[in-house]
Amino acid sequence: MSKREIICRCEEVTKEEIIQALQAGDTSLEAIKKRTRAGMGYCQGKSCKRLVAKLLSAYLGMPVAHFLPGSIRYPVGPVTLKVIADLDLAGGKENEN
Amino acid sequence: MNKFDVIVIGGGPAGLGAAVEAARLGARTLLLDENSRPGGQLFKQIHKFFGSKEHYAGTRGFDIGENLLKEAASLNVVLKLDTRVWGVFPGGIVTAYCGEKGLKFEGKTIILATGASENVLSFPGSTLPGVITAGAAQTMVNLHRVLPGKKFVVVGSGNVGLIVSYQLKQAGAEVLAIVEALPQISGYAVHAAKVKRAGVRILLSHTVKEAIGEKILEQVILCKLDSNMKPIAGTEFTLDADTLCLAVGLNPRVELAALCGCHLIYSPVLGGMMPWHDENMCTSQSRILVAGDLAGVEEASTALDEGRLAGLSAVQKLGLRNFKEVDDEMQKIKDRLTKLRQGPFGEKRQLAKQGIISMKIPKESCL
Repeated sequence: MSKREIICRCEEVTKEEIIQALQAGDTSLEAIKKRTRAGMGYCQGKSCKRLVAKLLSAYLGMPVAHFLPGSIRYPVGPVTLKVIADLDLAGGKENEN
Repeated sequence: MNKFDVIVIGGGPAGLGAAVEAARLGARTLLLDENSRPGGQLFKQIHKFFGSKEHYAGTRGFDIGENLLKEAASLNVVLKLDTRVWGVFPGGIVTAYCGEKGLKFEGKTIILATGASENVLSFPGSTLPGVITAGAAQTMVNLHRVLPGKKFVVVGSGNVGLIVSYQLKQAGAEVLAIVEALPQISGYAVHAAKVKRAGVRILLSHTVKEAIGEKILEQVILCKLDSNMKPIAGTEFTLDADTLCLAVGLNPRVELAALCGCHLIYSPVLGGMMPWHDENMCTSQSRILVAGDLAGVEEASTALDEGRLAGLSAVQKLGLRNFKEVDDEMQKIKDRLTKLRQGPFGEKRQLAKQGIISMKIPKESCL
């Protein structure tokens, strides 16, 4: 039985890897994400963001609020390119629904 | 075709309340929900509600949901299900998809009622099959009539943890213990008394140290916490369980609000990051309103009333009705909300809400 503690399940990033990132000087969700891929998976950090923020807060001695909400970008949730192409966002003809 | 006075995103109690009020006062209203059935968490709530008659005291959650759906239908709310919103853009453009089809709508006002997501904990073994959240357990048991396990350990003694434990017992499962990190029970005494009477023990100042299992959960190691919430060495003990159910709070789903440019604030009492809003549920963006758990995690009755308030507020913004008339109706709801936020638990939320409303926030550009 391994003692691995997984923080980001989508990208299988362990607590140990997050701690290593903190020790290497990362001070934000964004920095940790770029180093470890935590929060970069299918769910876009829905469960791990708060866990990583808590580790940041404990390590740096700053409130959790300082690190949240992290970067949020379109699209909210996974979207196929077809869905975006359907929209004709620049204007022009309306979709028929 | 796709233009609406009010677009409500999320069809839980807040979203339904908002859509019903907006439509009742004559707004052309669209309600979008990502699920195949609207009602949000209401349909998982098989217990009777507390409170006054206006708050459906004595009615079960799913009946409240059914009544709201009927009301929405009779008021010609356009309801689009299985429709997931992935963006809100300047000009009130809402982008969504249903199946493989991309959709675009335009709203003069947009009410975000996206609810909250469940918090999780991490510990060695926390990703083992058998470790689930309380909401998942409730969905499986109360909606799909499937018992996810036989022997449960529940983490968290808030109302969700207490109610889920009781419902698991009712469904025939064994609940070995409710584990609470704090030295006191977090939920209502009436719920706690009920689960205790049902023979469930509540372990205060305890936490999960580890989940153990070859392929699925087999054992849970618990330990005691000291007054600083640090584990006390040597106090570990093991329970044989096949399901570990996490009921450790919720946090507002702020993604859409954040992308809309709504000013976000942090409120530990109300679940964490959330969009700032005023007493009429308006955000820092003139077109965008919020309601329900997104505007601070509370419970279904407050969500429903906040939704109604947001619906009326949108109508007022649009100038569809006499300002004063709508204002009077809004005041009634505000008074009801104040009544709901009483008692040792409600009071904290009332104070947190007041704090948010009275906050000075930077004026931002309009979407």
